[in-house]
Amino acid sequence: MDFRLTDDQRALRSGVRELLAGRFGRDALRAAVDREGTVDRELWRELGAAGFFALRLPEEEGGAGLGLPEAVLLFEEAGRALLNGPLVATHLAAGRLPGAADGTQVVTCGTQLRGLIPHFTDADAAVVIDGAGMRIRYPKDLPHARQFRSMDPLTPLHRIPDGPMVPPRPDAILLTAAEQLGSAARTTEMAVQYAKEREQFGQPIGGFQAVKHLCAQMLVRTEVARAAVYAAAVTEEFTEIAGAKLLADEAAVQGARDCLQVFGGMGFTWEADVHLHLKRAWLREQMWLTAAESEEIQAEALASAL
Amino acid sequence: MDLTYTEEEEGFRARLRSWLALSLPKLPPKPDPLDWPGRRSYDTAWQRMLYDAGYAGLHWPVDAGGQGATPTQHLIYLEETERAGAPYVGANFVGLLHAGPTVAAEGTAEQRARWLPPVLRGDEVWCQGFSEPDAGSDLASLRTKAVRDGDSYVVTGSKIWTSHAEVADWCELLVRTDPQAPRHRGISWLAMPMDAPGVTVRPLRTLAGSAEFAEMFLDEVRVPVANRVGEENDGWRVTMVTLSFERGTAFVGEVVACRRTLGELARRARRNGHWDDPVLRRRLGRLNAEFRALWRLTQWNVSEAQNAGGVPGTGGSVFKLRYSHARQELYDTAAEVLGPDAMDLDEEWTGDRLSSLSYTIAAGTSQIQQNIVAERILGLPKGRRWTSG
Ligand SMILES: Cc1cc2nc3c(=O)[nH]c(=O)nc-3n(C[C@H](O)[C@H](O)[C@H](O)COP(=O)(O)OP(=O)(O)OC[C@H]3O[C@@H](n4cnc5c(N)ncnc54)[C@H](O)[C@@H]3O)c2cc1C
Repeated sequence: MDFRLTDDQRALRSGVRELLAGRFGRDALRAAVDREGTVDRELWRELGAAGFFALRLPEEEGGAGLGLPEAVLLFEEAGRALLNGPLVATHLAAGRLPGAADGTQVVTCGTQLRGLIPHFTDADAAVVIDGAGMRIRYPKDLPHARQFRSMDPLTPLHRIPDGPMVPPRPDAILLTAAEQLGSAARTTEMAVQYAKEREQFGQPIGGFQAVKHLCAQMLVRTEVARAAVYAAAVTEEFTEIAGAKLLADEAAVQGARDCLQVFGGMGFTWEADVHLHLKRAWLREQMWLTAAESEEIQAEALASAL
Repeated sequence: MDLTYTEEEEGFRARLRSWLALSLPKLPPKPDPLDWPGRRSYDTAWQRMLYDAGYAGLHWPVDAGGQGATPTQHLIYLEETERAGAPYVGANFVGLLHAGPTVAAEGTAEQRARWLPPVLRGDEVWCQGFSEPDAGSDLASLRTKAVRDGDSYVVTGSKIWTSHAEVADWCELLVRTDPQAPRHRGISWLAMPMDAPGVTVRPLRTLAGSAEFAEMFLDEVRVPVANRVGEENDGWRVTMVTLSFERGTAFVGEVVACRRTLGELARRARRNGHWDDPVLRRRLGRLNAEFRALWRLTQWNVSEAQNAGGVPGTGGSVFKLRYSHARQELYDTAAEVLGPDAMDLDEEWTGDRLSSLSYTIAAGTSQIQQNIVAERILGLPKGRRWTSG
């Protein structure tokens, strides 16, 4: 047993981190906010070229032939960078829908959020993804979709009143959890960095225990979630995946809240990126599997082990 | 990211498992958890069986008499012994988990030869005399003094919260050997025989009703200078070695036990109808995710330690923080499952609930652990007055 990342996995992670830092840094992020979260098609194709969507496709089909652990590392980085767009849906559609693998198509999914569909106007296709497989529908098949003002400025949302109810797909749940993990790690970092720089009462606020303890708890939640998400990627076991989502949701949401607290008044401004993390974390918390559903799955696992 | 065990590791597991199946029935009946003399003889008998079978000091270095097992083998050992219902280290805790490893790392050849074999055989039991009435979290403010007189130190002062002091043969004792030096620099680490004249142990009753720890009064106790581990006044550094062992490995085996308890709670809740309460059911579900993740975090930490040559890293503080609170949550939930039966002191989970209250205090409080995580892992500025060495 050696649970640590392999050298290849570490290299993959730093490669993606570099790519996103160059292509989706602070300015690009704020530009995405200014255009209300619509997908940057050029970036989408670049992500496609970098293997973001085709990562798990076999090499014969033009993919990289890698597994869920590698995909998790990629989506963790996407979560750190707050990359926007229907990443999970397009990734899942790769190999089944032409253009998804190379990022020439933007594919959204109408089953990840009950009754809502993200990036509807942007999308070339809207699929229905469940535990069993995927059905393709197109935006024109959903005439009743109505846009509303999304709380997350980076994720435009439509309502679809007759949205289908389908069982969630495990890898979709886990990749979303990985994005939450990345966001949790990032808000921890932001809080720690700010706590080292910002001075009050003649010293950095990070010297105050109340602040220190907030930061320590952020790290603890992140590391527990990391162990859960990585292990679930290795075992691919449904209960473990559901548990990883639960802990990653908590780490992302509470991490963003604590980060906002550490930033003080600055944290409450539109200018600070903290709210973007929190709003997306709240959104992802509702995606695929809610806390209540996950807890019921865990309880069911306990009961059925008897 | 590899969670499968190698063939060798699985071979180790299989041998251990069959040995456990043969050996555990030979143990005497479990003593009452409040009976420490009974627990001492039970725990040391178990240690002797481990010794005879070649499992004693599994994770100790070979040149210290241990088996030189990898951290992963140690993990498997903890997993299998817990699963089989074997005794936990118990009374041998201090000797096996931190005094012994400290002597192995910092002691002279004579000291290793004198103290390590009896610990491994289960002949001698150690306790930890660090805390004092005015020096708990602020350990470096300890005042128990040791004055040199020929070949001996004459030790005077008092210690508190000394776990199972009543049944111990030796004490890893921190004393002040230079009152003039800055607080961290005048401390030494001594091995004190508990039967030395001048040592008085007064049991303290814990909130769980047991006499699990004690006060110790030291009145001109003569401890040979030869019993000092490390240089005079260099005891703080030695202590940091001790504490890294204490925090790194202490709670690993218990996670397996908690997962088993959770399963038993579910069974009980189904029998008594509480399972139909969605709030309680979801709480149990969340704990399932929690303990599973804590087990994964353990595997992560062990993988890191394996790579760092077996030295436990700061991951221990992260783990301890989360685990100590999760354990309390577990037994609070158990009380909900039990309902009014939770008021019955003879109910096992009631005792566990009471003892779980110490987890956020002993071996460094949660607040201290958070300081450690913030300062040593996250690099936040040191507090003005609190220093952890
Ligand atoms: C069951 C049990 C077994 C024990 N066994 C042993 C043993 O065998 N040998 C031994 O030497 N000791 C032992 N201890 C002692 C244990 O290590 C101490 O209780 C512990 O370190 C806390 O010290 P204290 O009790 O003096 O509390 P204090 O240090 O007085 O702390 C009181 C409160 O103040 C907080 N606090 C203190 N300093 C800070 C700070 N800098 N920042 C924020 N908050 C702070 C603490 O978190 C706590 O909430 C045991 C304790 C228990 C409960």
